Amino acid sequence: MAITAPRERVDRLGLLLTVAGAAALIWLPFVVFKSNRIVPGEPRGLHEVLPLWAALGVQAVLLGTAAVALGVTDARKRLAAALAGIVVLALAAAAAANTLTPPGNKVVRTALGGAAWVLLLCLGLMATDAITRMRPGPLTRVLLLAMTLAVVGAALSHGTFDNLSVMREYAVNARRFPRELLRHIWLAGGSLIAAVLVGLPLGILCHRVPRLRPPVLGTLGVIQTIPGIALFGILMAPLGALAARVPAAAALGVSGIGAAPAVVALFLYSLLPIVANTVIGLRRVSHAAVDAACGMGMTGAQLLSRIELPLALPVILTGIRVVLVQNIGMVTVAALIGGGGLGTFVFQGIGQTAIDLVLLGAIPIVALGFSASVLLDALIETLDHTSSASAATRP
Amino acid sequence: MIRIEGLTKQYDTTTVVDDVSFEVERNSITVIVGTSGSGKSTLLRMINRLVEPTRGRVLLDGSDTRSEPAYLLRRRIGYAIQGNGLFPHRTVAENVATVPRLLGWPDERIRARVSELLQIFQLDPALYADALPAQLSGGQQQRVGVARALAAEPAVLLMDEPFGALDPIIRAKAQEDLLEIQRRFGTTVVLVTHDMDEAFRLGHRIAVMSQGRLLQYDRPATLLTHPADSFVARMTGLSDRALKLLALTSAGEAALPGRSEGPRVASSASLREVLSELLWRRTDSALVLGEDGAPRGQLTVAAILARAHP
Repeated sequence: MAITAPRERVDRLGLLLTVAGAAALIWLPFVVFKSNRIVPGEPRGLHEVLPLWAALGVQAVLLGTAAVALGVTDARKRLAAALAGIVVLALAAAAAANTLTPPGNKVVRTALGGAAWVLLLCLGLMATDAITRMRPGPLTRVLLLAMTLAVVGAALSHGTFDNLSVMREYAVNARRFPRELLRHIWLAGGSLIAAVLVGLPLGILCHRVPRLRPPVLGTLGVIQTIPGIALFGILMAPLGALAARVPAAAALGVSGIGAAPAVVALFLYSLLPIVANTVIGLRRVSHAAVDAACGMGMTGAQLLSRIELPLALPVILTGIRVVLVQNIGMVTVAALIGGGGLGTFVFQGIGQTAIDLVLLGAIPIVALGFSASVLLDALIETLDHTSSASAATRP
Repeated sequence: MIRIEGLTKQYDTTTVVDDVSFEVERNSITVIVGTSGSGKSTLLRMINRLVEPTRGRVLLDGSDTRSEPAYLLRRRIGYAIQGNGLFPHRTVAENVATVPRLLGWPDERIRARVSELLQIFQLDPALYADALPAQLSGGQQQRVGVARALAAEPAVLLMDEPFGALDPIIRAKAQEDLLEIQRRFGTTVVLVTHDMDEAFRLGHRIAVMSQGRLLQYDRPATLLTHPADSFVARMTGLSDRALKLLALTSAGEAALPGRSEGPRVASSASLREVLSELLWRRTDSALVLGEDGAPRGQLTVAAILARAHP
């Protein structure tokens, strides 16, 4: 034939994910069964824990998903296939845990095995890749996030996964979990708010008085290089002394260990991105617009509030996003000095070699960071609509 | 109207503007022209106190500009700059409304004024009032910039290279618009440019600056016929000064009594245009028509040439 239609090429990401998923399913255990929470587990394959029809069904769905990943380019179909794979996989894991756990037994543990983790990772990548290809608007992305959280929340509260090991750990810590979660958010958010309250005016000052820029940014840059744990240590002595000398400070909860040094340390880390982005954002504002605003008789405050800050806002918010995601991760370490938060579970789990307890802390931390970054990205994109359009036409 | 007295600006040891004095007539266009670094922009920015003078003063209608806070002074003076300086996050209507809002005009008056100005600048309010600057062409953005500068009906309009970023065709149109607007509102315009042709096209008076000093302040024709020194002569262009001089006189002004069977030219056409037309058609005389279409007299090549030198 003289003319042939161009053959659809195999999707490269799909190929990689299929190979990784298939290899995991063949060589790694689907779940790990433990007779109690700290002994090493015994690997169990898909066919050992599910009835034959169910195991074959799961494999069929995964094969179908792989076929879509390899050959289908429509992003919506790819997303649907990935989500179907994730749901089937999650239900299979729940079913496996239910099968392996004798009724009423609270000692045995069924954890996800290597195959389940790798497959979840591959399907998650396929789903996020599909969403990226669909180029959803900011609002759509927030809705997708909300729907995902709602479905996961509903499944968890329904008890679908109650026999999986992480949920067993949750059941044990059910009373502490909401408290530590809120504390985690409070520590990350509170230090962020403090940093914005100080960093924004400091950034504006650095913009207005260029002489201040090198010393301020230099100092904050040095603080950034101090490792977190060391900064907690450095702060213990002065804060402890403060609490000992000033009773009012102690009454407010300031002490050498606990939340105070954690918040102060996170606050100090947060300052650089916020101050630096404020300076960059203000400097990025069109010089002609500022000149025109002054020339038409705006006062300094009017110039700042009506022209400079609105135009710098997307860049400033980018700094806030960096800080929030960074803080959500770093608060974890605060648990080491009695600061609380989800890190408490992580470090307890490490201490007890109970990996499921580590995951009980780590998975929500990742989810928090991911959600914060999706939300703020959407906000930035919404606000940047006008100024990115203008940047394109600037000579 | 605007009286500039011994205005000087020094940064450390460098003198950017050096003892400049001149007077700008009411209802006229004064063009400050000079090479880059001549201090022309600094001179302009001292009028609305974006730059505070080291010495000297500016009198606006007889009162010292330092007698009120700078931001209040600036709200009375229109200001348009190169690259228009529109606020990218605000709509065209909001941009134009900037100074009236600062002055606290009632909403209804602001809306009426914005709509009036957009129409004057050939921007249909229904189409453009709610557009963002980025959605406009360069020429339209420039027009919005001038409309914004005129929004609060200032008696004085300062323009710093307002047409510098426009391509030649749009620039010529913008210059015509400015002449039209100036006639219509009687605004006193002070405009800075490095383009001598623009200065001759727009200026009733031209101030030539070099290295911070004012070399000459005169009518355009005088600049050509009696340049103060060799620098001014070079700035105004030695090679085509005869043609420049012809371009400054209209056919109506130069028309002689009598009739001609030659081509008909409008009395608003410049002698340069009439001469070009006669050379092109290889005829010797043209009939000058007034705005009403009635003959106003005639022009011959010899009569035109007689006006091509001092």
